[in-house]
Amino acid sequence: MSGTDKIRQAGNDRLEHFVSDEPFDRNPLGAPLTPEQEKFYLASQWKLMWWKFTRHRLAVISGLFLLLTYLAILIAEFLAPYELHSRHPDFIYVPPQQVRMIHDGSFIGPFVYGTHYRLNMENLQRIYTEDTSQIYRIRFFCRSDPYKFWGAMESDLHLFCVEDGGTLFLLGTDRLGRDVLSRIIYGARISLSIGLIGTMLSFSLALVIGGIAGYFGGIVDLLIQRLIEILQSFPQIPLWMALAAVLPVTWSPLLIYFGITVILAMFDWTGLARAVRSKLLSLREEEYCLAAQLMGAKPQRIIGRHLLPGFMSHLVASATLSVPAIILGETALSFLGLGLRAPVTSWGVLLNEAQNISVVALYPWLILPVVPVILVILAFNFLGDGIRDAADPYA
Amino acid sequence: MLRYVIHRMLIMIPTLLVISALVFTIIELPPGDYLESYVAELQSMGETVDEQQIAFLREQYGFGAPAIERYFQWLTGMLQGDFGYSFEYRLPVSEVVGDRLFLTVLVSIATILFTWLIAFPIGIYSATHQYSWGDYGLTFIGLLGLATPNFLLALILLYFANVVWGTSIGGLMDPQYLDQPWSVNKALSVLEHLWIPVVVIGTSGTAGMIRSLRANLLDELQKQYVVTAKAKGLPRNRALIKYPLRSSLNFFVADIGNLLPRVISGAELVAVVMSLPTTGPILISALQSQDMYLAGSFLMFLATLTVIGVLISDLLLAWLDPRIRLSGGSSA
Repeated sequence: MSGTDKIRQAGNDRLEHFVSDEPFDRNPLGAPLTPEQEKFYLASQWKLMWWKFTRHRLAVISGLFLLLTYLAILIAEFLAPYELHSRHPDFIYVPPQQVRMIHDGSFIGPFVYGTHYRLNMENLQRIYTEDTSQIYRIRFFCRSDPYKFWGAMESDLHLFCVEDGGTLFLLGTDRLGRDVLSRIIYGARISLSIGLIGTMLSFSLALVIGGIAGYFGGIVDLLIQRLIEILQSFPQIPLWMALAAVLPVTWSPLLIYFGITVILAMFDWTGLARAVRSKLLSLREEEYCLAAQLMGAKPQRIIGRHLLPGFMSHLVASATLSVPAIILGETALSFLGLGLRAPVTSWGVLLNEAQNISVVALYPWLILPVVPVILVILAFNFLGDGIRDAADPYA
Repeated sequence: MLRYVIHRMLIMIPTLLVISALVFTIIELPPGDYLESYVAELQSMGETVDEQQIAFLREQYGFGAPAIERYFQWLTGMLQGDFGYSFEYRLPVSEVVGDRLFLTVLVSIATILFTWLIAFPIGIYSATHQYSWGDYGLTFIGLLGLATPNFLLALILLYFANVVWGTSIGGLMDPQYLDQPWSVNKALSVLEHLWIPVVVIGTSGTAGMIRSLRANLLDELQKQYVVTAKAKGLPRNRALIKYPLRSSLNFFVADIGNLLPRVISGAELVAVVMSLPTTGPILISALQSQDMYLAGSFLMFLATLTVIGVLISDLLLAWLDPRIRLSGGSSA
C-alpha cells in the first residue's frame, strides 16, 4: 500500500468536507438597506481595508511616494543625468549648481550658468564661481552620457541633460568629480532593493519559524521563544558588524550584496515571528476554526483558507514597518566600510564619503544622500501605520 | 520575591551560554587561524617572529584542537577572567578593554535617562492632547529622529557644537585631560562632550518610547475608573497622575529590555563617528583586522551588559508590580 493510500484510508474516518454550492446570501433577513448601507455591508474585506486605508492621508501619500521611488529605480539610468562612474576631473568638489529661468531680465527657460574654477593658493581650496557669461540650457529627452541599461542594453537617452560644453551638477560633485545626484539615483536601486529583498527573506523566515512555534506549541514553542528572546537582547549593530566583517574580501560585489542582505535578514525576523506565532495561537481558538474542523476541513485548508487571510494584513503591516530597519542597517554598515563596497553604490556607500567632520564643514552637499534615506524611512513608517490601522476593518 | 529573583538569575545562565556559542561561531567563521595571519603579517613587515611566543600562544589557545574543545577553553578562560589575547595590540584583551567598557556603560545610562526625560512629558502631552497639532508635531519630530541615521546626526551636531560653542571635536573630554586622574574639571569636560552622543543615540529610542507611552496611557485613560474619577469631580491632573500614569510607569521600566540593545547598538555606531573612547572604535578596528578574540570578547561584554540591564529592569518591574512576580515564576 502506498503512502497516499494510507492517508486516504485514515482520512475516510472523517466527514467529507462540505462546501455549499448555493450562492452566499449576504442579507438573509431581507431587511431593506439604503444604497450606502448596502454598499458598506456587502463590501469585501479587502474593499473595507482599502476604504479605511485611504482615510489615512499620510499613509496614502507615503504609499504613492514609495511606489514612485520603486518605479524610479527600474529606470535609474534614464533618470540620472550622468552615468554612475563617469568622472569629471576638472570639476572636483563642485558645489550644487542652481537652475535658473531668467537671464538679464529675459526669460529663456531652465538653464545653468557655466562654472569658473580658481585655486586659492593660500589654503589650496578649490573655489568655483558662476560664470554668468556662459549659458547652458537644460534639455529633456536628450542624448548624452552613454550607459548600459541594467548592464545589458546600450543607450544614451536621458530624461534631462545640459547643452554640450556645460555641466549639470544639481547636487554638486564628489572627490572624483562624479555627479552626486546621479549617484543618489543609482544608489536607490541598491538601498531600496536590499530593504525589499531583506524583508522578504526575514518575512519567510518569520512565517516558517513563527508558524512552527505556533503550530506545534509545547517544547518547540518554548525553545523558539527563548531563542527569539536571546536574539532580541543582543545589540544588533555589533552583531551585524561582526558578521559583515567575516564576509571574505575575495567575494564579488554581487555576492557581498547578497551576503549583507542575508545578514541583515538573519536577525530581523524575530519580531515578525513573534507576531505570526501569537496570531496563529489566538486565531486557532476562534469559533470559525472549530466550525471548519467540525465540517471536516484539513489543516492545510484551515491554515490557508481561514487563518492566513485573518492575519496576513497584520503581517504585511509589521513587514512594512521592518523595511526601515534593514535599510538603516545597510546604510550604517556601508557607512562604516563593513557593508557594501565600491563599485556597488548604495546610499550608505555614498555616505561613507562623508565620514569626517571636515566634509560637513567644506563639502556639505556630500551628506545629501541622507535626505532620500530619511524620506524613504518616514514613508515606510507612515505606510506601515496606515496598513496596520486598516488591517482590521471590522474594528 | 526571593524565589523570583533566583529564578530570574538562573535563566541568565543558559542565555549567556547560547550567546557565547553564537559569538564563538562568529569568531570561528573567518578562514585560517589568527596566528597564521599574524605570523604572515609580521613577516611581511620584515619583523622577526618570536617562535617561542607563537608556540606559547598556540599552546595557550589550543589551535589545532577541535572547535568544541576550543570553545570550552575560551569559555572557561572567560570565567577565570582570561578573555583571550589581542593580536593587534599584543596585550591581553582585558587590558585593551580597560575603562572603555565603563565609558560605554556611562554613555548608555546617560542615554536611557535622557530618553526617559524627553519621552515622558511628550508622551503624556500626546496622550492627553490626542489628535491635536501638538500631538502630531511632536510625533513627527520623534519619527524624524527615528528616520535620521544616528551617525550623520552625530556628525552634524558635532560640527555645530564646534562652531557655536567651540567644543573640541571627538573624544569624551578635552585633550588636556586625557590620561589625567579624575578631577572636577575633567568630569565637567566629560559632561560638556557627553551630551552630543547622548542626544544622538537617544533620538532613535525616544520616538518608540513616546509612541508606546502614548498608546499605553490612552488605553488607561479610557478605562471606567478614570471616567468615574472625573465624574466625581476629581481635578484633571489628579485624575491623570494618581492612577493612569502610575500604571503606565511600569511599562517604562519594562521597556529597558527593548531600549538597551538599541542604545548599545547606537552607542557603538556613534562612537565610531565621534571617536569616543568607548568600545565602538576598537570593536570596528578589531573586526576589520580580524582580531577575532578581541572582537569576540567585546561582543560578549556588550551582550552580558544587555542581559544584566534586562535583568535589572525585570527585577525593578517585579518590585513595582506584584502581579508580574506571581505569574513570572511559571511562565518565564
